[in-house]
Amino acid sequence: MELLSGADMITRFLADEGVEYIYGYPGGAALHIYDAIHRQDKVNHILVRHEQAATHMADGYARATGKPGVVLVTSGPGATNAVTGIATAFMDSIPMIVLCGQVASHLIGEDAFQETDIIGVTRPIVKHSFTIEHPSDIPMILRKAFYIATTGRPGPVVVDIPKDMTAPTEKYEYVFPKKVKMRSYTPVGRGHTGQIKKAVELILKAKRPILYGGGGLVLGGASELFTQLAKKLNFPVTTSLMGIGAYPQTDRQSVGWLGMHGSFEANQAMHHSDLVVCIGARFDDRATNNVSKFCPTARIVHVDIDPSSIGKTIRVDVPIVGTATSVLEEMLALLDESKTQLEPDALADWWKQIDAWAASRAGRIYEPAEPGETMKPQQVVEAVWKATQGKAYVVTDVGQHQMFAAQYYKFDKPNHWITSGGLGTMGFGFPAAMGVKLNKPDEEVVLITGEGSFQMMMQELSTCSQFGIPVKIINLNNQSLGMVRQWQDLNYQARHAQSYMQSLPDFKMLVESYGHVAMKVEKAEDLDAAIEKAFAMKDKLVFLDVYVDPHEHVYPMQVPQGSMKDMLLSKTERT
Amino acid sequence: MRHIISILMENEAGALSRVVGLFSQRNFNIETLNVAPTDDPTLSRLTVTTVGDERVIEQITKQLNKLIDVVKLVDLTEGQHIERELMLVKVKAVGAQRAEVKRTTEIFRGQIIDVTPSIYTVQLAGHASKLDAFIQALGSSTLLEVVRTGVSGVARGEKVLSL
Repeated sequence: MELLSGADMITRFLADEGVEYIYGYPGGAALHIYDAIHRQDKVNHILVRHEQAATHMADGYARATGKPGVVLVTSGPGATNAVTGIATAFMDSIPMIVLCGQVASHLIGEDAFQETDIIGVTRPIVKHSFTIEHPSDIPMILRKAFYIATTGRPGPVVVDIPKDMTAPTEKYEYVFPKKVKMRSYTPVGRGHTGQIKKAVELILKAKRPILYGGGGLVLGGASELFTQLAKKLNFPVTTSLMGIGAYPQTDRQSVGWLGMHGSFEANQAMHHSDLVVCIGARFDDRATNNVSKFCPTARIVHVDIDPSSIGKTIRVDVPIVGTATSVLEEMLALLDESKTQLEPDALADWWKQIDAWAASRAGRIYEPAEPGETMKPQQVVEAVWKATQGKAYVVTDVGQHQMFAAQYYKFDKPNHWITSGGLGTMGFGFPAAMGVKLNKPDEEVVLITGEGSFQMMMQELSTCSQFGIPVKIINLNNQSLGMVRQWQDLNYQARHAQSYMQSLPDFKMLVESYGHVAMKVEKAEDLDAAIEKAFAMKDKLVFLDVYVDPHEHVYPMQVPQGSMKDMLLSKTERT
Repeated sequence: MRHIISILMENEAGALSRVVGLFSQRNFNIETLNVAPTDDPTLSRLTVTTVGDERVIEQITKQLNKLIDVVKLVDLTEGQHIERELMLVKVKAVGAQRAEVKRTTEIFRGQIIDVTPSIYTVQLAGHASKLDAFIQALGSSTLLEVVRTGVSGVARGEKVLSL
């Protein structure tokens, strides 16, 4: 029998769980735990410069690897600083464990120093939360936290740890709980076979079908099966923003991602389809546009692990609750067994139409800058795509640069596109990229950001110096909050209220002051060389401050309150 | 339409706030709410009445089911069910009113459970609409205080909500 203090149980549990890195920031209520971290060498702690960065680092790690990220913060402001990162993970269903220090039990409720009811604060943005009430409960509660965070529809779990629970003098028996069972929580398993059969019948009869994959395919490790299904059926494939990479985008059947700034052909194909087979997406408002005009002629098959996602925003003809992998496996098997098979050229007319939409390149035409002119953001992303052969982990912040990155970088693998889709958190990108790079040291990790977003988390340049995290940063600097400015151009007669950036720092000097490498790129003819130079420096954080056209808009763009197909294609054209 | 959703949940700290928080967070309605531990002290039974169309009710039950502390739930209004609510009413009872209040209480099969020279406290149980009718019958001039528990209910017959 092994006797450990609560603090030692935490580090020991994390080691037994196979956690290599945790991200955090110390403070009074967490100091027993930090002392325990200091006395062991299995779990490495990364000291961030702001707790929000710790959550985004854990989040980026989780998105790239599929494993839960672990965060450790202190009570009060430490915990509240983590809130934005928890909400970000919650909206995108990312597995995360957030360990929060708390004031000692006897002080709770007395407005003690650095006391916050973090369980109450985070209640609407967690999958679940726990408070430790006795040190001996720690191993089982942590086990449950990991179990809940990683199974079913994943999500963040907060564990509140009053300081007396980790007191070094109070020791209890530690055993790593191998099994966990909760009577009130059973993750969803296989889909209903009868429903899957119905879906397959619709699939075999469809004349204008489309497969629509979401982030659930990435989270559920179902991209390969999804690709198999698409190949077998020869259906066009679109994805949500979160599903990017679930199907190879350079493949002929890919029509790109859909929604507000999705491709013209994806949105046209969705609108005119007679069957939408959606797997692991939640039909959010940025994807569907006006739900009352959504896909007027289509039957809808919706496969999701979360029953509450089905029928939430749009009506569904064949709902299937189950894991993406199990449902896809069953669909593939049923298609193999089926007596009726798809005619080889049954979809010829549909493909002719889709190919025509794609060939028009509507909404995707921009004029790359001539030498001496200010660059277009699109061409910068394309140059990064070429330089990395489409193989990099691409992390973004939020705004125009995010949409350009999604449009002009082509992803052929899941888990490589890392963005805050649901919450749209500016400041997410840099720490998330750090979390990816730290855990994928041999892979190319690129942050595509803007000067607005980057300034929200730029203090992490210091963390990168301390721990040697050589991410590559492409700062699309348009000296304004581009997406806000675009909406002001479109909806507020170009009144640019608070959307331009005065007093920008000299990013080159700023980044260099932390010991990193930075280059300023102002002319189109210097772009390729700068990118090449940046990626050649394997062990250095390199920041490219790339000046781009501040007047550029992201197109295509769905018309507000329209159907999916109603899109602005440029500043002067629309569908 | 009005629905009665009956929930069996873990009797854990914070479980109630998760349920109540869900309703406000997702813009659902709570008309009445009651909660107490069951014969098994590790479980609580919570009954909530809410109003919404079919789609809203479907979302409410799905979202409630997603809460980790919720073990099981049933929408009682989907089938035959019995519902009851308990009410305590403090009524002015002086002069001719004394006999009148007593008579009305008897008609509604209530009990006068506390008496002072000027006040009756009446206990009444039944369907929520019966309690409404009683209040209406008394008239607002005599009413001093009304306390209602909120609806609780069970399915008729052999159907039970248990582990």
